[in-house]
Amino acid sequence: MDQLISAILIGLSQGAIYSLMALALVLVFRSTRVINFAQAGQAVISTYIGWEVVTRTGNYWLALPIAAIAGAIVGAAVESFLMRPLSKRASKGAIAPVASVILTLGLLGVLHSGAAIIWKGDQKLLESPVSAMGVTVGETVYPFSQTDFLIIGTALLVMLTFSFIFQRTNLGLALRASAFQPEIARLSGVRVDRIRAIGWAFAGAAGAIAGVLVTPGSALSPNSLDLLLVFGFVAAVIGGLESLIGAALGGILLGLTLSFVGLYIGTSLTFVVPFVILILVLLIKPSGLIGGRKSRNA
Amino acid sequence: MNGLVVSGFSVDHGAIRAIDSLSFTVTAGQLAAVIGANGSGKTTLLRSLSGLKAPTTGQATWQGISLLGKKPEELARQGVLHVSDGKSVIPELTVKENLALGGIWRRDKKDVAAATAEVIDLFPRLGERMSQSADTLSGGERQMLAIGRALVSRPKLLLLDEPSLGLAPLVIEQIFQTINDLRHKLGLTVVIVEQNAMSALRIADIGVIMNLGKLVAEGRASDLMNDPALRAAYLGY
Repeated sequence: MDQLISAILIGLSQGAIYSLMALALVLVFRSTRVINFAQAGQAVISTYIGWEVVTRTGNYWLALPIAAIAGAIVGAAVESFLMRPLSKRASKGAIAPVASVILTLGLLGVLHSGAAIIWKGDQKLLESPVSAMGVTVGETVYPFSQTDFLIIGTALLVMLTFSFIFQRTNLGLALRASAFQPEIARLSGVRVDRIRAIGWAFAGAAGAIAGVLVTPGSALSPNSLDLLLVFGFVAAVIGGLESLIGAALGGILLGLTLSFVGLYIGTSLTFVVPFVILILVLLIKPSGLIGGRKSRNA
Repeated sequence: MNGLVVSGFSVDHGAIRAIDSLSFTVTAGQLAAVIGANGSGKTTLLRSLSGLKAPTTGQATWQGISLLGKKPEELARQGVLHVSDGKSVIPELTVKENLALGGIWRRDKKDVAAATAEVIDLFPRLGERMSQSADTLSGGERQMLAIGRALVSRPKLLLLDEPSLGLAPLVIEQIFQTINDLRHKLGLTVVIVEQNAMSALRIADIGVIMNLGKLVAEGRASDLMNDPALRAAYLGY
């Protein structure tokens, strides 16, 4: 029973991070039809900026919002200065449908190398502001920690904020309209280019927060968030790739699955399971387990 | 020059000339019906006037100011509202959200609320379905919603692309009657692009008949309707 509760809580905490990365990917995909591989690079740059803040001020609570803002700025810049010009220049020929994805792969390489040049390749530690030791209740020490609660709480806050913005504000309406039917949005007077840049900014912020939350569990290096990108991508596919709720639930589902596999079968399978899930979902229900047409609305 | 002035207007789709040196004038407050079969360049005309497509040559001005080289969203904010092909609504959004879209960028929120109330007054069926998603609406209701959204933006020049497309005859008559009432009430200038020549010309002040991108005839709608040669060749009745 204790083991089960632990598995659930760890699954939720890891899953919350995957959810944030999945949100970052879905926000971009549904508004611009781009699978943004550079998201791992954007997030790692933002996390390094967060690491700088922690190193200089010792304050993780300050690092989290600053990294999020940095991630938002990088995201908006990628859309404004790379993706938007690209969509005008590479609109014809064989390259047109894949140009943006190839560009994000190129950008991922640039961001990785940039991070390695600025911060060197060695591993940096980003300590959690709260205990990473197992929580002790009575005599029992559980394998989940205060850090796990920090992760779940922060991710929940981010998702609730996003949900509020998307469902209850004019900005959210403009974001949804621009994602679903950009031409009609334009004809209604919505400045779609600007709104898209804001969508990329939200995505960048979500990716940055995921990076700052996941890093205390391991270490920071130029490639350290690549696996998170892959897991975020699996979560996004489970969620149908277009739904924000789907992305959030997909991340949680993946986190719980990995946690249970790790606990009951063995950690050696942790790296293969997400890919097996990815392939199975694509073969059996490519629209996503949680997705479907309706999910676009959310 | 007041109103909409199109002159020497040519638009190309790659190697194909969709509109060939078209010229016509719509005086402010008038309703113009642009009539033509499929492929006559009607839709391309509206897309070029609303900033979705750039013409190759020619001029288009509204109240003396050029429409060209501007983004559709900027033209919409200046009162040039294009309701694109038939049912231009966002199916994933609710009726309420679709209407709101026409006003979220407007500063005068009081007037947005007033305009929205007027639309609901005009189309009570939309008022009953405010929280439904737009994809649950019938064709006629979608058309009402698309026009309603444009009205929330307080249009001055309304460009309507085939409002009759896919609608039952009774609904078509109702929509055209509403458009006619609206433009008298609000002093709108309207350009309707239509295959349904009769319905459109009946409420129009002037008619513009196009064939394969070229102007065939331009004049008072009543004159065009009574011209036996035009009727036989282009109006189909």
